[in-house]
Amino acid sequence: MKRVGVFVCHCGLNIAGTVNIKEITDAASKTPDVVVAADHRYLCSEPGQALIKDNIKQHRLDAIVVAACSPAMHEITFRNIARAAGLNRYQSEIANIREQCSWVHDNIEKATEKAHVIIRQSIEKVKLNELLDPITVPVTRRALIVGGGIAGIRAALDVANSGHQVYLVEKTGSIGGRMAQLSETFPTLDCSICILGPLMVEAYRNPNIKILRLSEVEEVKGFIGNFKVKVRQAPVYVDETECNSCAECVKVCPAEVPNEFDSGLTWRKAIYIPFAQAVPPAYVLDAKSCLGLLPQACGECKKACDKLGMSCINLDAHPETHELEVGAIISATGYEMYDAARLTEYGYGIYPDVMTSLEFERMLSASGPTSGVIRRPSDGRIPKEVVFIQCAGQREPETALPYCSKVCCMYTARHAMLFRHKVPDGQAYVFYMDIRAGGKGYEEFVKRTQEEGGVLYLRGRVAKVHEENDKLVVKGVDTLSGKTVQIDADVVVLAVGMVPSQGSRELANTLKASVDENGFFAEAHPKLRPLESATAGIFLAGAGQAPKDIPETVAQASGAASKALNLLSSPTLEREPTVARIVNEFCSGCGICVPACPFEALSMNRERKIAEVAEALCEGCGTCVASCPSGALSLRNLTDTQIMAMIRAGRG
Amino acid sequence: MQSYLYFPGCSLRTVARDFEDSARASARALGLELKEMQGWLCCGAVFPNVADNVMTNAGPNRILARARAESDTLVTLCAGCHNVLKRANLQAKRNAIKQEQINEFNEERYEGGLGVLHFLEVLRDRVGFIAIREAAKTPLRGLPVGAYYGCLLLRPFEEMKLDDPHRPSVLEDLLFSIGCMPVDYPKRTECCGSFLGVGAPDAMALLSRNVVQAARSHGAKLLTVSCPLCKYNLEESQKQDPKASSSSGPLPVVYFTQLLGLALGVSPEDLRLSDTQLQTIRGGAKSTVESVSQT
Repeated sequence: MKRVGVFVCHCGLNIAGTVNIKEITDAASKTPDVVVAADHRYLCSEPGQALIKDNIKQHRLDAIVVAACSPAMHEITFRNIARAAGLNRYQSEIANIREQCSWVHDNIEKATEKAHVIIRQSIEKVKLNELLDPITVPVTRRALIVGGGIAGIRAALDVANSGHQVYLVEKTGSIGGRMAQLSETFPTLDCSICILGPLMVEAYRNPNIKILRLSEVEEVKGFIGNFKVKVRQAPVYVDETECNSCAECVKVCPAEVPNEFDSGLTWRKAIYIPFAQAVPPAYVLDAKSCLGLLPQACGECKKACDKLGMSCINLDAHPETHELEVGAIISATGYEMYDAARLTEYGYGIYPDVMTSLEFERMLSASGPTSGVIRRPSDGRIPKEVVFIQCAGQREPETALPYCSKVCCMYTARHAMLFRHKVPDGQAYVFYMDIRAGGKGYEEFVKRTQEEGGVLYLRGRVAKVHEENDKLVVKGVDTLSGKTVQIDADVVVLAVGMVPSQGSRELANTLKASVDENGFFAEAHPKLRPLESATAGIFLAGAGQAPKDIPETVAQASGAASKALNLLSSPTLEREPTVARIVNEFCSGCGICVPACPFEALSMNRERKIAEVAEALCEGCGTCVASCPSGALSLRNLTDTQIMAMIRAGRG
Repeated sequence: MQSYLYFPGCSLRTVARDFEDSARASARALGLELKEMQGWLCCGAVFPNVADNVMTNAGPNRILARARAESDTLVTLCAGCHNVLKRANLQAKRNAIKQEQINEFNEERYEGGLGVLHFLEVLRDRVGFIAIREAAKTPLRGLPVGAYYGCLLLRPFEEMKLDDPHRPSVLEDLLFSIGCMPVDYPKRTECCGSFLGVGAPDAMALLSRNVVQAARSHGAKLLTVSCPLCKYNLEESQKQDPKASSSSGPLPVVYFTQLLGLALGVSPEDLRLSDTQLQTIRGGAKSTVESVSQT
């Protein structure tokens, strides 16, 4: 029989406050096969670890049970101690008497009794644990980054500069993302494209980065270190290596559609360059707005291009599927704006002078529809009275978005300030709920807007906007004076919130990563693992995970890149050996387990007509074990025998 | 003939006979019967909507229980009754404890299962505006009507689920289908003053007059409503306002069912339309037709 040692942690008063440590230690020491039981204030501390090590050696222990916090916290710590003391690391078991006992109970007597049961069960389990070694798998030392915004670009550069190959997959015709659309950035008022542009060019020139524009991830198979990804690239009608951006094709194109880059405030042709600084610097043919490619209806662009002796345009281009092998994936899918037309009280989409912040942003931009002059969309006049409505459709759990998008207080302050710079005799009003300006230099910026900028901040919400005599009548309340306010404005700007980009939910499904209730990518742990999804090898960066501003996005992107590099730095990686195992003689070949597995780790061996487990794919969830009607499947170190022994021990 | 169980309510049997008669006549013209439910009583006006009182819910729950015995759908006309019955109906589903108290007191059990509909919902979702347009023998071509929604028809949205509370269109869509030119004006979803007419008539008059003026300045020749109290307030506020009556006379207020009936070919007498109302409708519809044909 195994010689077992039990170690009980006080965790300060976290456990000792509710559980009688002495009683359970004594009880544990009297359990059969337990050679020694000891307790310590903090087992995870250096002296605590030393206590375990010494006891393993002194009492020649074969296995240990550590009664402490959740295995999510310190399972690895104690396994490493066991290993350092000469044991197999899978001879260490955690009895969770904190999260599953002391924290959730207040009756000391009953909590102590329960802690004892948990410890007894762990003793029974560890006695039946096999000796296991981690599974070693090779790592494909390349990364895939989904989304070519600032997050994707930053992460791609970090990974590429460490000498690894990167595929940067971008849905649109150019990398750059939302940041390329912004005029200035808060709080320093740097020109956005001026600081982003160099990074875009750097990414384009970096030999380790392959940019796949007009592409989307279609399928992801495999597991951490060894993903097999299919990326579907829409037909690239304009060869980016040939195109010299002469714009002759644009002149002859007859199809015009709203320009997404200018938030629909201007028009573009079906063949177009996404924006002046686009990377790759090449034109894009938008098949949806083209008059017709199959069958070809017009072809004017190709004729114009051919006339110049060039041959950039191939109207017979086909979609392409790239099959990529990568070790790590970073999802940097970013955000889009909440649909302001759903906020019917503000009349967006009905009154042309009610605009979203992103539209106002384009208007402020020197490259925007009005070359940086602020004009009313309805008649082109320069507005004198502008009302900014913060939290539009945000922090409203019942009707719109329940959350705060975090950046609107800051960009609204910037918009109001820039409006005052451009229209010195104008008046800006900001309706706010409260100002959230947490960040370096942010509070100072808002103060400056209020004091030097002469912007009038009104604390309260706007009930309604309607048009009357060429003005937008804004009715709201100033909750500081307790009075209703009516402002006859020329332009109303809605600070609508950030929502996950279209298609990010589908991507999450493809990646087997989860999303939260608002559709943002869910991190593995909100505090301690914010850069990783719950699926191993999938990392998160940028506003696709939660609304965030540029500095935070860049920081997270570099963080996610370093997580990915961590994985790519070694040619192999270790995986938990506590995976499913099949007893071939018992398997009837019914195949029920194959669809039950969420990780595609089970398959049928056609020749032998039995199921097989791909250990490297198995996450050890146990679904297949439960599904097997003939008991051929079991989970290593959590077998039915062990579970029965634990149940028996639990009954006392 | 399709039959719907129908709850009239107090106002429709007293001050708002025109609403009930025009609704039932229009329904008949569309091949529907509004069958009056057995043993109805006052819905309690808006008092059952207070959150902390069980007693006031006795009335609406008796109505719901009795209606359930006869049918699975109950149609209402008055916006106020519609509001109360829909909310009481939803409460029966959401608050089991309170419902049990009410049922014990009433000694008449209501356990949900009834669908409460406003007549507008029947017209929109069951009959359909396209069918109404085809049935409108004498459409009121070009009549500039301001649809006035008030509060109780649409709010709270989560419970009424009738139309967007900020930018509704159901009345306008109906008006379009019978040939009218609905007028978009800003105050159409604002409060008329409601019961303030009793305790603070000046406050009511101010609110109602704002509505009337907004509609008038945007070109409405008359207003249409779905609530007897709104109608009363809109008319009463104009009587007290010498300015409004001196200029071009008060803006007439009619129920949507009266306009619907007229377009469906029901006689003005059966719709209880007054001479001035009829004159405005005929005048408004005709003059616009002429002006359109001239241009």
